[in-house]
Amino acid sequence: MLSRSAEDLYWMARYMERAENTARVLDVSNRTAVLPSEEGSQSLHWRPALEIGPDPAAFYEHYDEPDAASIIGYMALDRENPSSIWSCIRAARENARAERARISTEMWESLNDTWLEIQVLDPEALERWGYRKFFDWIKERSHLFRGVTLGTMLQDDGFQFARLGGFLERADNTARILDVKYHMLLPSTAEVGGAVDYYQWSALLRSVSAFAAYRKVYRDTITPARVAELLILNEDLPRSLHACHNMVCVTLDELIGGRRLEGRRLAGEIHASLKYGRIDEIVTKGLHEFLEEFIFANNRLGHQVQQDFMMSEVVVVD
Amino acid sequence: MIENIFDEMNAADGSIRRPYEVFETYLRSFPPEQLQKKRDEADQLFRRMGITFLVYFEGGSAERLIPFDILPRILSGREWRRLEEGCVQRVKALNMFLHDIYHDREVCKAGVMPEELILANSAYRPEAHGIDLPFGVYAHIAGIDVVRVSEDEFYVLEDNLRTPSGVSYMLENREVMMRLFPEAFARQAIAPVDNYCDKLLRTLRSVAPQGRDDPTVVLLTPGRYNSAYFEHVFLAEQMGIELVEGQDLFVEGGKVYMRTTLGPQRVDVIYRRIDDDFLDPLAFRPDSVLGVPGILSVVREGGVSLANAIGGGVADDKATYTYVPELIRFYLGEEPILANVPTYRLRDEPDLKYALEHLDELVVKEVHGSGGYGMLIGPTSTKEEIAAYRERILADPALFIAQPTLALSTCPTLVEEGIAPRHVDLRPFVLSGEETVLIPGAFTRVALREGSLVVNSSQGGGTKDTWVLQE
Repeated sequence: MLSRSAEDLYWMARYMERAENTARVLDVSNRTAVLPSEEGSQSLHWRPALEIGPDPAAFYEHYDEPDAASIIGYMALDRENPSSIWSCIRAARENARAERARISTEMWESLNDTWLEIQVLDPEALERWGYRKFFDWIKERSHLFRGVTLGTMLQDDGFQFARLGGFLERADNTARILDVKYHMLLPSTAEVGGAVDYYQWSALLRSVSAFAAYRKVYRDTITPARVAELLILNEDLPRSLHACHNMVCVTLDELIGGRRLEGRRLAGEIHASLKYGRIDEIVTKGLHEFLEEFIFANNRLGHQVQQDFMMSEVVVVD
Repeated sequence: MIENIFDEMNAADGSIRRPYEVFETYLRSFPPEQLQKKRDEADQLFRRMGITFLVYFEGGSAERLIPFDILPRILSGREWRRLEEGCVQRVKALNMFLHDIYHDREVCKAGVMPEELILANSAYRPEAHGIDLPFGVYAHIAGIDVVRVSEDEFYVLEDNLRTPSGVSYMLENREVMMRLFPEAFARQAIAPVDNYCDKLLRTLRSVAPQGRDDPTVVLLTPGRYNSAYFEHVFLAEQMGIELVEGQDLFVEGGKVYMRTTLGPQRVDVIYRRIDDDFLDPLAFRPDSVLGVPGILSVVREGGVSLANAIGGGVADDKATYTYVPELIRFYLGEEPILANVPTYRLRDEPDLKYALEHLDELVVKEVHGSGGYGMLIGPTSTKEEIAAYRERILADPALFIAQPTLALSTCPTLVEEGIAPRHVDLRPFVLSGEETVLIPGAFTRVALREGSLVVNSSQGGGTKDTWVLQE
């Protein structure tokens, strides 16, 4: 398939996934912020939502204090913020628009509907909707788009590139959520003690749809190490790093067609660290360092995939 | 302002014209508010399908829906057959003309058309001289703009042989109409149009370079900011071919390749929707980023086929237009089935004199203009506008032609006040490859403003579905 098409589909899926994950982060911040906390500072809960984005400093050029209204305004609907949900949906739709001949009609209509609706949303309308309802709606639109893709798109290379983009983005986002929240929550104690603490950790789990899964897997109280283990190493949890990279390897194998590509080697390296890693070692060596390294490697893989597939070299084999 | 306007549905004696009989009865079963509801439904469908075009204005552009009118334009089988024969005849002659002027110019030697008219034409491409194209076809896809002024009088207003657009509306309008009014299609036999893309693909494959048995066809678009981008996507999707931009193609060793995820892949036929000027920065406009450097030399060596071929614009120029009836006689030895609109060539002194005396009755157009821009419609213009245009003509009369203001036929159209007559034209699409064919349908454009004769979508025109009755 055309390299440019591969790139469009890859980014279409990445942006849609990013919109969903931003909604997830904002949702969890919004939930935890309403609780009484010792510091009593709003910004403590809201800062992580900013820090998960690529450029937290940009926020302060437009707003003074990170509080609910300003952060949600900035991360959800700000047209100037290239990583806001609004901008992500627009970018996803632009990429889809360029590839309308490749995606199914249903995919286009689903994404176009989402865009038409969010396009006209302003902060006042958002407040009337209610934040929760808005986050749920974004998640639903993302689920719908993924489902429509799975159910209607021809499962050719284009499909695999879209999947690849989605999983790389999701892995990146889960790692960032865990990194930021873990940091913020950990200083208290190794054990999750009080009710507030408990609520915070369960909110983190909920943000990646892992709360019920945690209960099923561990049948025990919530501990930070287990939360990290679940989100990093458990291959059955759809948003864990391991699960995402299982799929990254599968889609890459579909795409490379027997060639030896650097991207596949990198993916194998990352996959091995998740498949054979142990949580106690990760925690001992430093969870933050591990996640930082992961995010870097995941990014590098993204670049390599573009190198391997999307910049066709001018070497002619007829 | 114009007397005796022919209406496609309502005959002058108050009766319903025959092609509309069935539909009119059906239409009467709808209360007015029901029709408005259908129209809203149609709007929603178009918006949902994302069928938009880009309009440009100062400081930007925006995605708009082309207004769609839910009342169809209906042609009888007999009317259609005449149009079909006339369009096929015309396009055959135009293709022979193009082959001729890029080879021996018999048409000039025979004194039918002055050679300087060809050489001075800005669309003439000396680079295209002497290339032998499959079947001698230059204009593989042609859109012929036809207007009607009475029961039996059809005129060709313009030939579009470069990159004519609008065919996606022919197909999508039908799709929407079948969703909105399924019963109407059950009541009478309406010729289907949805095999257009199949015919188009067959046409494109038939002109592949020799020896390429399973040719790769692509559609070359200027990109997503082009006003007709939706159509490019639509056609590529329907034909199952790659939609490429200039940056996706490159030339190597006398062949054209596209960049794919598995490496370069050879391309045989390019259905290009970009103008000659932008095709090859090495040969034409050096600042073009839309084209493919070096593609012209591949075309000349027969390594790739372009549809439409380079240089075809000579034949749809308004200066050439006036000669088309003579070209038909010269190449085919037949009388034209479809007439030209009587046209004054202002490069000729007597025509110029007449035109200047009758500017308030005439439509004056630039020879090289398109899209309804830069024309003067005498009867609806102010004295000041006419005076200003007169100055433009006098500056260089050869740049203009003039035509009588035609009383374009009207068709019932749903507007704010209810159903009212609005002027329409018709653009059928002619495909030429191994054979020359027409799909029984067309792109009908309608001037939505009362009394307006300008149907261009860039100027507030809308579209209608076009029905050809099978009888």
